[in-house]
Amino acid sequence: MALEPKDVRRAAHLARLGLDETDADRYVDDLTRILEMADHLQTVNTDGVAPLAHPLDATQRLRADEVTETDQRERFQRNAPAVENGLYLVPRVVE
Amino acid sequence: MQWETVIGLEVHAQLATQSKIFSGASTAFGAEPNSQACAVDLGLPGVLPVLNESAVAMAVQFGLGINAEIPEVSIFDRKNYFYPDLPKGYQTSQMYHPIVGQGEVEITLEDGETKRIRVHHAHLEEDAGKSLHEDFHSMTGVDLNRAGTPLLEIVSEPDMRSAKEAVAYLKAMHSIVTYLGISDGNMAEGSMRCDVNVSVRPKGQEAFGTRAEIKNVNSFRFVERAIAFEVERQIELIEDGGKVVQETRLYDPEADETRSMRTKEEANDYRYFPCPDLLPVVLDAAYVDHLRSSLPELPAEKRARFQNELGLSAYDAGVLSATRAMADFFEGVKEVCGDAKLAANWVQGEFAGHLNKEGLTIASSPVSALQLGELVARVKDETINGKAAKQVFAALWAGEGNSADEVIEARGLKQVTDTGAIEAMIDQVIADSPVQVAQYRDAEPDKRGKMIGYFVGQVMKASRGTANPQQVNGLLKEKLDALC
Amino acid sequence: MHDMTLTELARALEAGKFTSRQLTESLLARIERFDGELNSFISVTAEQALAAADAADAARARGEAGPLTGLPLALKDIFCTQDVKTSCGSKMLDNFIAPYDAHVVEKLKHAGTVSLGKTNMDEFAMGSSNENSHYGPVKNPWDLTAVPGGSSGGSAAAVAAGLVPAALGTDTGGSIRQPAAFCGITGLKPTYGRVSRYGMVAYASSLDQAGPMARTAEDCALLLSAIAGHDLRDSTSVARGVPDYRAELGASLSGLRIGLPKEYFGDGLDPEVETAIREAVKVYESLGATVQEVSLPHTHHAIPAYYVIAPAEASSNLSRYDGVRFGYRCDAPADLEDLYKRSRAEGFGDEVKRRILIGTHTLSEGFFDAYYKKAQQVRRLIRQDFMDAFEEVDVLMGPSTPTTAFDLGANKDPVSMYLQDIYTIAINLAGIPGISVPAGNINGRPVGLQILGPHFAETQLLNVAHQFQQVTDWHQQRPAFGKENT
Repeated sequence: MALEPKDVRRAAHLARLGLDETDADRYVDDLTRILEMADHLQTVNTDGVAPLAHPLDATQRLRADEVTETDQRERFQRNAPAVENGLYLVPRVVE
Repeated sequence: MQWETVIGLEVHAQLATQSKIFSGASTAFGAEPNSQACAVDLGLPGVLPVLNESAVAMAVQFGLGINAEIPEVSIFDRKNYFYPDLPKGYQTSQMYHPIVGQGEVEITLEDGETKRIRVHHAHLEEDAGKSLHEDFHSMTGVDLNRAGTPLLEIVSEPDMRSAKEAVAYLKAMHSIVTYLGISDGNMAEGSMRCDVNVSVRPKGQEAFGTRAEIKNVNSFRFVERAIAFEVERQIELIEDGGKVVQETRLYDPEADETRSMRTKEEANDYRYFPCPDLLPVVLDAAYVDHLRSSLPELPAEKRARFQNELGLSAYDAGVLSATRAMADFFEGVKEVCGDAKLAANWVQGEFAGHLNKEGLTIASSPVSALQLGELVARVKDETINGKAAKQVFAALWAGEGNSADEVIEARGLKQVTDTGAIEAMIDQVIADSPVQVAQYRDAEPDKRGKMIGYFVGQVMKASRGTANPQQVNGLLKEKLDALC
Repeated sequence: MHDMTLTELARALEAGKFTSRQLTESLLARIERFDGELNSFISVTAEQALAAADAADAARARGEAGPLTGLPLALKDIFCTQDVKTSCGSKMLDNFIAPYDAHVVEKLKHAGTVSLGKTNMDEFAMGSSNENSHYGPVKNPWDLTAVPGGSSGGSAAAVAAGLVPAALGTDTGGSIRQPAAFCGITGLKPTYGRVSRYGMVAYASSLDQAGPMARTAEDCALLLSAIAGHDLRDSTSVARGVPDYRAELGASLSGLRIGLPKEYFGDGLDPEVETAIREAVKVYESLGATVQEVSLPHTHHAIPAYYVIAPAEASSNLSRYDGVRFGYRCDAPADLEDLYKRSRAEGFGDEVKRRILIGTHTLSEGFFDAYYKKAQQVRRLIRQDFMDAFEEVDVLMGPSTPTTAFDLGANKDPVSMYLQDIYTIAINLAGIPGISVPAGNINGRPVGLQILGPHFAETQLLNVAHQFQQVTDWHQQRPAFGKENT
């Protein structure tokens, strides 16, 4: 499947990755070749083959509904770029 | 042109678990910002989710409550998008293999008509945090305490045809989740909220019109108002030659209107794929059967039983089964007094009246089901008459005395049924009322019935309301007629 | 003492030949002296190391020493380590001080080991050469103009250069086995689910697995016994007992059935590497093993399947780096969109961005079925290939890599770099264990023999590798770099 520059711009936007124009051109080139490689998958007959998401055929274990965590806000927020009154700050979100 | 409205609802119910869906942080409401956001909720590098067993059990209970199919395998997917209240950049949800399959619920409309609404599916997902837009130097503050709270998203088919039906459906959902005890259903705190999909089409047309989705409506009344506005907007738009665009809208209760939420944003592409950190959830038949056998009686069953076994009217059965608290209270009163109809009258009458007047809920009522039951029992066994019973109720409500018997005793309200005592009081009243007796005697026999009221009143007054009114009536009539 | 294996060091500590503090000080001095050139560490945690060594010595004095007490090692900088910078080789996490310990770090601390620091790696474990690190490339101690392999290149180089006797790595598509091969050490990727991923910064969650890198299979067995086991915090961790992986090391290989996948000896394999591997197989024959050719027919689809699945998972796993709760945030963001886009553009390196873009694209509407779903189907076929092969043979053998370590800067093109992973990548897709052991040296660059087994066959793989090391000395050869004593 051919990759168009708009596909890369769209992916960059969805992934919130800022790309300048020269970056974008370079990525179109790289991604085109990577996808050409991925296109080889189309040659494999997978009729009736179920997708495999996990390498082991295991099932989900459930945890007991218990509160096990204590407040560690101060510790966690030491890594935060901007906090005030215990809140993480981001540029104003307009709704 | 005649238009038909088509409505589908996505109801989000916060599940009443102690801890979050994928972490051991508390779900308690109202804590200090971010004090209940643990490493997993914050999406710190390296953390992993583990599924809460109660969230699974509650979802399955809901499914059983709407007679839904419970698939053996359900799978969590990631819904990818960026937003400050979404810490990992994806919401863990169930897109392709939800935990609850197709089911249905019966709704009752105001006129007593019933209608079946199909539920397409219900799935588990995690809630997001909250963005606070008060001024932090023109910044937005993010509180992630709510992030990871388990949600059950219940998606209906577009089976509703009016705002009233949508409200009835939402009420039915509310009553199912609260009956099951899987959600507190508190719409004001956001534990239950819904997205409303609305479209219109010319009557008789089969194809659906283009729908608008009204996000995050959080009260029954707003659901009704939002739909009413939206339907009118869409019809006007089409009739003026315009076209409804598929979009997300917001209901503004202040302005009582819906508004488009996004203008420049292109359609989202959430890139759902199975969450590699969570394995398929497999529910065996024994587990589902176990949950089925421990399911409480649900509103529809209760309503039917109230009608068929207790002999209540459809209306009474509906009102008394509307919430689990109401039904439990009514059944408590009925157990104690042994008379379903009397219990129904008292719960809907004096009791509901007092609650309404003072804006109280059943949980905060000063009169318990036991107290009211004992009171109604005294009415039933004729220890007190109806008038006295109201006095007793008012006294209990005001906190005077612990039981009806105590109040009856203290106030001497016990009904007098001793014929001798009543006759004595009647004789005294007749002796004290020569003028009225003369009038009675002179009146045409068919007018006398009305005039007897005066004497009854006097006798009741003399007995301080405790005489049995039927007895008083009968004896008075005998004695007065004997004088004629 | 820097030449000794973990097992030898354990005996020496036990015999009181030296203390953990003396050992730790000596290795810290070597790191100080040699790592400027090698660049194998991102953080050296000398202070904590010495405190841990003292605690280990005190425990030994009280008679409370276990098999790993006082043994030094290093951790790939992908494992969260409480109160220590955990960068994952990225500018994005250059300022991230982990507030908690990864499960394996917890277990190693509990076992009394002494961590000397955090090793260099390709950013977010994406790479096969260690050239994708924000902290600069690591050099191969065998030849400073060669790459050490990736993404656990720092761990491999540090062990090979004698800066530390063992290290933890992670392997998503070969990131333990390939650098182990390039650096002439032994590296084991356990079965998916054998070792908890909790606290390991995620690259591709359905493929990532932590494992030991050391000089010998015996050392790997010692370490694996310490880090393996069920963890309630990782849903994909397997509830299965942990054997003493050293117990069966001495078992005879007589009658062992070895399969040689014909696809692993085809085009693209360096003839000299092939010769070395075939020589190694002969050694096994002399130990009583039988050899037969087998086929893994979907081998050539493993790279395309991997480069769809891994970037897809990565694109989602890396969305949490948004400049809000931790990590890099750009200067003076104009608005939310700008905060996201610039923080991520400035915080991530080239290869990471490339994989995020690939993953985002292949998951998006209109491409999902053709790429992601197709790759998952092919993944099942690849796993089936291995299951079929293990019906016929006990283990599979082949080269770990098509060539010995390539030169720094040699693979500028991403696709040609990806093709280096041809022999290692399918193993992660299938979730089976694999070990790379030194089996030759071509022009001063080591050759790795890869041995593969069915799910949870670690005991057997370690036995098979150990027996080879009893009759060969490839694992005892040391590079010239760092040979002079400090």
